[in-house]
Amino acid sequence: MTDATTIAPRIAPGGDTRIRSRIGWRQRLVVLIPALWLAVLFLVPCLIVLKISLSQTVIAQPPYAPVLDLAEGRQGLKDFVSGLTLESYQILVSDTIYLKSYLRSLGIAALSTSILLLIGYPLAYGIARAPRRAQPVLVMAVFLPFLTAFLIRIYAWVNILQREGLLNDALIALGIVKASVVWLATDTAVIIGIVYSYLPFMVLPLYASLEKMDETLLEAAADLGCPRWKAFWLVTLPLSASGAAAGALLCFVPIAGEFVIPDLLGGSNAMMIGQTLWVEFFQNKDWPVAAAVAIALLVVLLAPILVYQRLQLRDLGHGLGDG
Amino acid sequence: MRKGLSTFNIVSVALGLAFLYLPITILVIYSFNASRLVTVWGGWSTRWYEALLRDSAMLEAAWNSLRIATISATAATVLGTLAAVALVRAGRFRGRTAFSAMVYAPLVMPEVITGLSLLLLFVALDTDRGFWTVAIAHTTVTMSFVTVVVQSRLVSFDRSLEEAAMDLGCPPLKTFMVVTLPLIFPAVAAGWMLAFTLSFDDLVIASFTTGPGATTLPMRIYSEVRLGVKPEINAICTIMIVIVAIGVVGAALVSKRSALRKAQAAATPA
Repeated sequence: MTDATTIAPRIAPGGDTRIRSRIGWRQRLVVLIPALWLAVLFLVPCLIVLKISLSQTVIAQPPYAPVLDLAEGRQGLKDFVSGLTLESYQILVSDTIYLKSYLRSLGIAALSTSILLLIGYPLAYGIARAPRRAQPVLVMAVFLPFLTAFLIRIYAWVNILQREGLLNDALIALGIVKASVVWLATDTAVIIGIVYSYLPFMVLPLYASLEKMDETLLEAAADLGCPRWKAFWLVTLPLSASGAAAGALLCFVPIAGEFVIPDLLGGSNAMMIGQTLWVEFFQNKDWPVAAAVAIALLVVLLAPILVYQRLQLRDLGHGLGDG
Repeated sequence: MRKGLSTFNIVSVALGLAFLYLPITILVIYSFNASRLVTVWGGWSTRWYEALLRDSAMLEAAWNSLRIATISATAATVLGTLAAVALVRAGRFRGRTAFSAMVYAPLVMPEVITGLSLLLLFVALDTDRGFWTVAIAHTTVTMSFVTVVVQSRLVSFDRSLEEAAMDLGCPPLKTFMVVTLPLIFPAVAAGWMLAFTLSFDDLVIASFTTGPGATTLPMRIYSEVRLGVKPEINAICTIMIVIVAIGVVGAALVSKRSALRKAQAAATPA
């Protein structure tokens, strides 16, 4: 432990240079271990999906061709490259099922994200205005359902929304409807399930940005005779825009690829793209088409993912780590 | 933020929380329903819990999930904490942008894509799929969540404590173990819990990466739920909710006690 890198900093003056000089092999290891893990188990798999989306379906094990044979050297690589094809992508373009499925997913994701903003904003705003002591408890209360199994929360809605379920019982008892309404297997059910599941992801970044806000700005606005609603519109809303953007992206992207919620609450006639991928893979056993569906979805979602990378989720982390 | 609640604030918080908790509450109540018909209330009973104890397939799936979640949460906490330390402390190393992109991407990646890509990797490597492939997949997905939680704590952390330790000749590794880790421990523990529940909860990625003999609890529940609502499922869901609630309340108590101790230490000058 007494190598040059650990002694040098002790005698070196100044803050910044001292820290930088400590970057030794240990610090490099701190970066390398997680980087290596993610490279092998996240980056490489994405490349494999890209590769298989360019392959052909064959009845074999594994069910795609060509297979890269590195043992054959350059000839193997040549055979492999010449065997690649855009067939799966042609299938995606030629059959309107896929296009409809993509558009449906994006539509449902956009609609649910808007509803999430409308429900999440007042909730986050209310929490941010609550007494300081109560805030961590309220944040935890919003986050707690997220910790109880996702599948359970969707399943709870199956109980409520089914034909003889509690929602219909309640509506009939209140005299709002006369006969049972079909809720399950509709888009309404899917959107209810999505909004319910993703609400914490919307509220936490919003709360983090609202909570950080400088209240003197509002006081200044009030002193200058600005009415409260106008101060909210001109000060609070623009300042919480980054939180709203983070929340919206954090919800929109995974919702677009959602599988479980539309599968359990939605109808069987129109599928979201996550379901299409699932069916191609598990039922049709068409791996190249499933991979092409995945790549196409990634391309569509790349823009929102990159924007979200910029925001870097710091707001969510802020809400969670301190809550 | 200006404090002071208006009626509108109170109503929106109350409605929001009611929306979040009502379905779960209904589920728990109906798990004690004596009637086999889920929609008819037949009085209080614990018969579905007894039926559950005899369902060996369900119990085995629960045991698998528990082990996978424990292993993957622990591995994800180690890797995720390392990644957080790297992002906050390693300065501007080469490839930092790529590294942070790689750390954050799994958070928003749709599960079907992550699941498919990991399965294709395991196929390409010719690995036998089962318990360990699911554990590795879950580690990869959940470590990003640990990083986010731990990173936020590291950013708001008083750096001078570490510098003091190192100025006094404490080697970096020991400084991390003795000074940094105890201070960020609440975030590390929260990250572990988050990783555990995410793994315990996951259906999609497990379905892609599992093999024969390694059915997890969500996979089991999913196949039952697809056939319709069953009272036994209400019962097992209630048990899972109780386990999570105990964990969360326990973690809250631990962090409250350590906060109290800190407050006491600050109040009594050394």
